[in-house]
Amino acid sequence: MPQGIPTLAKPPSARKPAAAAADDSAFTLRSLQDAYLAKSRFEASDEDLLRFYEQMVLIRRFEEKAGQLYGLGLIGGFCHLYIGQEAVAVGLQSALDTEKDSVITGYRDHGHMLAYGIDPKVIMAELTGRGAGISKGKGGSMHMFSVDHKFYGGHGIVGAQVPLGAGLAFAHKYREDGGLCMAYFGDGASNQGQVYEAFNMAALWNLPIVFVVENNGYAMGTAVKRGSAETHFYRRGTAFRIPGMDVNGMDVLEVRAAAEVALAHVRAGKGPVLMELKTYRYRGHSMSDPAKYRTREEVQEMRDKHDPIDAAKAELLKRGVSENTIKEIDKQIRSKVNEAADFAESSPEPDLSELYTDILVESY
Amino acid sequence: MAIELKMPALSPTMEEGTLAKWLVKEGDAVRSGDILAEIETDKATMEFEAVDEGTIGAILVPEGSEGVKVGTVIATIAGESDDAADTPAKSAPAATAAQSKAEEPTVAAPPPAKPRASDPALPTGTNMKMSTVREALRDAMAEEMRRDDRVFVMGEEVAEYQGAYKVTQGLLDEFGPKRVIDTPITEYGFAGIGTGAAMGGLRPIVEFMTFNFAMQAIDHIINSAAKTNYMSGGQMRCPVVFRGPNGAASRVGAQHSQNYGPWYASVPGLIVIAPYDASDAKGLMKAAIRSEDPVVFLENELIYGRSFELPELDDHVLPIGKARIMRPGSDVTIVSYSIGVGLALEAAETLAGEGIDAEVIDLRTLRPLDKEAVLRSLAKTNRLVIAEEGWPTCSIASEIVAICMEDGFDHLDAPVLRVCDEDVPLPYAANLEKSAIINAARIAETVRKVCYR
Repeated sequence: MPQGIPTLAKPPSARKPAAAAADDSAFTLRSLQDAYLAKSRFEASDEDLLRFYEQMVLIRRFEEKAGQLYGLGLIGGFCHLYIGQEAVAVGLQSALDTEKDSVITGYRDHGHMLAYGIDPKVIMAELTGRGAGISKGKGGSMHMFSVDHKFYGGHGIVGAQVPLGAGLAFAHKYREDGGLCMAYFGDGASNQGQVYEAFNMAALWNLPIVFVVENNGYAMGTAVKRGSAETHFYRRGTAFRIPGMDVNGMDVLEVRAAAEVALAHVRAGKGPVLMELKTYRYRGHSMSDPAKYRTREEVQEMRDKHDPIDAAKAELLKRGVSENTIKEIDKQIRSKVNEAADFAESSPEPDLSELYTDILVESY
Repeated sequence: MAIELKMPALSPTMEEGTLAKWLVKEGDAVRSGDILAEIETDKATMEFEAVDEGTIGAILVPEGSEGVKVGTVIATIAGESDDAADTPAKSAPAATAAQSKAEEPTVAAPPPAKPRASDPALPTGTNMKMSTVREALRDAMAEEMRRDDRVFVMGEEVAEYQGAYKVTQGLLDEFGPKRVIDTPITEYGFAGIGTGAAMGGLRPIVEFMTFNFAMQAIDHIINSAAKTNYMSGGQMRCPVVFRGPNGAASRVGAQHSQNYGPWYASVPGLIVIAPYDASDAKGLMKAAIRSEDPVVFLENELIYGRSFELPELDDHVLPIGKARIMRPGSDVTIVSYSIGVGLALEAAETLAGEGIDAEVIDLRTLRPLDKEAVLRSLAKTNRLVIAEEGWPTCSIASEIVAICMEDGFDHLDAPVLRVCDEDVPLPYAANLEKSAIINAARIAETVRKVCYR
């Protein structure tokens, strides 16, 4: 496991205050974790696993290509890669109902968009700042949205997506459309005050939302234990009576199994869930991060022993899926990513007239 | 087919760097993720990773080389035979961005302003009734909530308490707790929830007990609500109204007495409205709720209880972005908004007795600002004073002065002067507070100056 990331803690002490509140018996903080541990891996068909593998490889190759284009000066500003964390977005989003549910995340957003089936071409073209980008080149890596896919960003202010996500959940509940919101944020964002303001209201109003902490061990350069008094992020909903789940985010099938438990709880109208996904990013916080706060050995250990893509591949081979099938997927993805990169490099920059469009919707 | 490895840019500003160390040698097999070299930028030593699989061909820039320009080919990788076919080597892709920079095109000009809509004419025989600003705002919200079930109100004490300043009085009874929602004291959080709900297709009205407390929430107002439509290339709407009292109240001290008009009016992507009387409060609140854009609606506690004439119409909606001539005049223009308008009118009455005929303009909307109305009046009177209940530095008054200099210089017969609050945190002591805040006498005095009287 990554440095500074604790293993699953024992259940809290069974000792109860003498005069426990009458509803405490219904306080199910650990019930979801218990349900998840009872069946902690999703029983995927070969097709399911192949699809997960394909999506994870797409994210990995896309991000590597983005890193390369950044190095070539084709992508500017900040660029936060998702390499290493692929199983989280792929596993969780595979469990969503894309017709109804909404998703929101922070600035490390390329992987979520790809997992959601958004065209890699328009994502890459946004990264290169072209008119054909998903935000017409006006958003960039951190600010991408697809209302059609109910993907609500792509937010650059750490933690802002959490109350915004609670707002999306509020809208689901208000409209009674049966949808829920999945709001992703990092271990760093977990120390923002607005996160807890959102937890409080989400629990108070029973909003249909899954809060997902992607704990990759480092808030930029600050290891979790250096920045967090409570490093068990899944416990951080306790004060708001939000049940927590502690999930291995490096195994796509475990992620998916956990997602099903969480979604069933939320869909049953029981209010928010807080999931902590233990994961790891192989690259720096952003492209300009030399990542000197951790050892090369630590990163190599994660790559060699806990890589979600290698694990999925090994499992596919064990199941008897042929090496050729996997090679064919890899090859198709390479060409898909190359196509996206070509598109992103060859598309023209936005027309200068776009400077003044989309500031306001109406004219006054 | 050989893949060229180029000196990478490893930060947003890097143009060249030192190739400190090669960690591979010619003939080494590499796979994606392997670290090939260490590169020193002006800020740090960075690792350079392989993206493609293959064998290191030639190393073209030896380690220790300084000042290696970004984009220089530093090595080649011979790709694996089966991968090579679908890995087209890019010939000088970096040139694309560089070229478009070189051919720097002419700067885009903002689109020409279109004529602003005027207030709709009142049908003949429209009955006028007296209404407080408080009732006008409440009625506007209630009418819009009846008209559109996506509209809801949230904020501290808006429901069961009936509003800290009673602006939401009666809404809970009519619309129930689903649409009139008491929040905990958690401005950052509920401003975010309101903004998110707007992104999700609802029409929230977010009440701040006062705008002083919205400082806790200003990140969502600006970063989340105002910028998202632009950053999403026009995909993501955020039709939310942030409303509440703004400006100095009475004897509540510095932290509770501030005019945020200039702050919000400086932000592209926001609509900022600051009405004075009941008719504008109602008509503009209805327009704000219907707007597809995020609106900051600045009310004033001291005028909630004042009564004004209000047309009795089924649907009294006024245009956003249109100033209003409150009192026509020919000698001098006084531009103001919100509570300042009442003071300006009072000053105008005094001045009329001295033979100075002042025109009073109520901006009503601070963004987009009705420049044309200001300049038209200036062209008529040739003298202009701005009266603003707020600090002078970087104020709406400063903005109006700039507009007059840039676009109205030829019409000026005297310098444009501003009358604002004193440039101090608002004190508590009654005498100090009184002397810090703008009043009609100071406006009249300043008008006399520009009239050389």
